[in-house]
Amino acid sequence: MKIIVAIKQVPERDAQVRIDAAGKWIDESNLQYALNESDAYALEEALQLKEKSAAAGGEVVVVSVGPERVGQTIREALAKGADRAIHIVCDDLGLRDALGVARLLAAAVKPENPDLILTGLQSEDLGLGQTGVIVAELLGLPHATLILNVEKTETGLKVKRELEEGWFQTIELPTPAVLTIQSGGNKLRYATLMGIKRAKMKEVRQLTAASLGVDAPPVVVLEHVALPQKQKSTQILPGTAKEAAAALVEKLKFEVRVL
Amino acid sequence: MSGVLVVVEQREGRIARISWEAVAAGQKLGATLTLPVSAAVVGAQTESFAAEIAARPLDKVFRVEHPLLARYTPDGFSLALHQLIQAESPACIVFPHTYQVRDYAPALAARLGQVLIGDVTAIGDGPVFTRQLLQGRLNGAYRPTGSGPCLISVQAGAFRAEAPEAGASAAPATVTTFVPTLESAQIRTTPGEPFRGGSQTVDLSSAQMIVCVGRGIKDAENLPLVQDLATALGAELAASRPICDNGWLPMERQVGSSGQTVSPKLYLGVGISGAIQHLVGMKGSQCVVAINKDPDAPIFEVADYGIVGDLFEVVPALTEAIKAARQ
Ligand SMILES: Cc1cc2nc3c(=O)[nH]c(=O)nc-3n(C[C@H](O)[C@H](O)[C@H](O)COP(=O)(O)OP(=O)(O)OC[C@H]3O[C@@H](n4cnc5c(N)ncnc54)[C@H](O)[C@@H]3O)c2cc1C
Repeated sequence: MKIIVAIKQVPERDAQVRIDAAGKWIDESNLQYALNESDAYALEEALQLKEKSAAAGGEVVVVSVGPERVGQTIREALAKGADRAIHIVCDDLGLRDALGVARLLAAAVKPENPDLILTGLQSEDLGLGQTGVIVAELLGLPHATLILNVEKTETGLKVKRELEEGWFQTIELPTPAVLTIQSGGNKLRYATLMGIKRAKMKEVRQLTAASLGVDAPPVVVLEHVALPQKQKSTQILPGTAKEAAAALVEKLKFEVRVL
Repeated sequence: MSGVLVVVEQREGRIARISWEAVAAGQKLGATLTLPVSAAVVGAQTESFAAEIAARPLDKVFRVEHPLLARYTPDGFSLALHQLIQAESPACIVFPHTYQVRDYAPALAARLGQVLIGDVTAIGDGPVFTRQLLQGRLNGAYRPTGSGPCLISVQAGAFRAEAPEAGASAAPATVTTFVPTLESAQIRTTPGEPFRGGSQTVDLSSAQMIVCVGRGIKDAENLPLVQDLATALGAELAASRPICDNGWLPMERQVGSSGQTVSPKLYLGVGISGAIQHLVGMKGSQCVVAINKDPDAPIFEVADYGIVGDLFEVVPALTEAIKAARQ
């Protein structure tokens, strides 16, 4: 099975949120970046699927859109076991909408003729949760979202889909297909030292929007960003840990009346 | 039509609150743009739903009906709605932001050459649509710039669903049936019946007090710290999704949109950022307390009391203070 995994590099979760001078995004000057969490699960699912069908051979190819710095995250995916990578080098990611990014991915993936395309279900920064579904639409492939488990069958795939409030559903679909992966279906692996060494030798092919012939103006733009307004006036209990704890106990006793 | 079209979701024989909220958002958008507002419901048998929807102040209600729409599939729903949109050419289409909508609306939008503006929390003049970024730590204002219809989905709880006015003078909306052209070969996925996952031995929904632990705890080894706090309080221990994803606590202790919905007298969140998928599961709590080292964590937007600090210092101190108070 040839599996493509579309991954995204996102700001570290602990990153400080400071709005940039233009008010259009956050100040990226001191940001650390990491692999988007559900994409890590998508990669893990792909690696496990490949390992399960080791006899039949198989390949896991990661693809990512973004500036040069994305190369770091790509190397990490290669170190975990992906066989090779495609980096769509793009410095104006922020100006592209979900359809624009999906067009780039679809154009890069199409000549690969994969059996399966995986993505995480949504990114931690923009949280659009659409990329995989649009890629499926552009490539004319069936898809399923919020997937926790993938099994190969005689005719295609059997997948476990998460529904709301602790419910699930099994879906069968033919291959090739696109699945967006939800977190928690597998245990994530760490890169081994050997893996990190090998990753340096693996192929990373660089493409651009121009080389892919993708050029369409966005139909949706992010005009500006702002810090959210508080809905409730939170009473912050100040002081040292001990003082704050004592103040909270008072509140729990006399105001909330649970002690 | 060139109005606003709200796609109402019916599941397991009922229309959930979020769909009425989508209707409210559609009406707000209709008022902003001075356009009539209609609704559509998709399925194999939609008569009773359509009647329920038609009682709202709407222009038209479309029953998008076909035997192949009995069970939800992304192919069936996007094909059917695409045909309705082609026939009626609405200016805006409003969806509830549900798992189902996430599954097909982005593809439907792409088929129309558009992009769904998903998980919208507010509608401003323009129209401009607000949605959350960075897991609720930032808001973004989005504007559609294309020439086709604009598609949005609204976040649960963001718009107030008005109950239909009793004895309202407005005539009920006209109901029309729209039969899309569908063939079974066009539907490529085969969905199974929904089932419940795993064991259900903890009922968090009836708990009076809940201590909820998040990724701030860093390691499974540190869990006894919050377990001790829960024990001292006499509270149930619950968690955010990443804790359950890692297998540190069983999934039945997960609070949020894909876990349990809780409404205790006291919810105490420890090292939880307050992402929307978590908040929907606990915002019915009477009193919310949050312990987080980040003063800008979104959980503080819904908390009654907050302690900004390192949980590894605050939690042991709190456990001691509670034990002392209980003596
Ligand atoms: C479809 C879907 C369904 C989902 N369903 C759910 C669900 O049901 N339930 C759920 O919870 N999530 C759900 N999620 C995930 C959700 O989006 C968030 O990723 C998740 O809730 C984050 O968990 P967290 O707050 O524990 O972690 P994080 O967001 O990583 O937050 C950790 C917090 O801990 C704080 N912290 C770190 N160290 C310390 C310290 N030493 N002292 C004090 N504070 C500290 C940080 O400041 C931060 O605010 C879902 C997501 C999707 C896309």
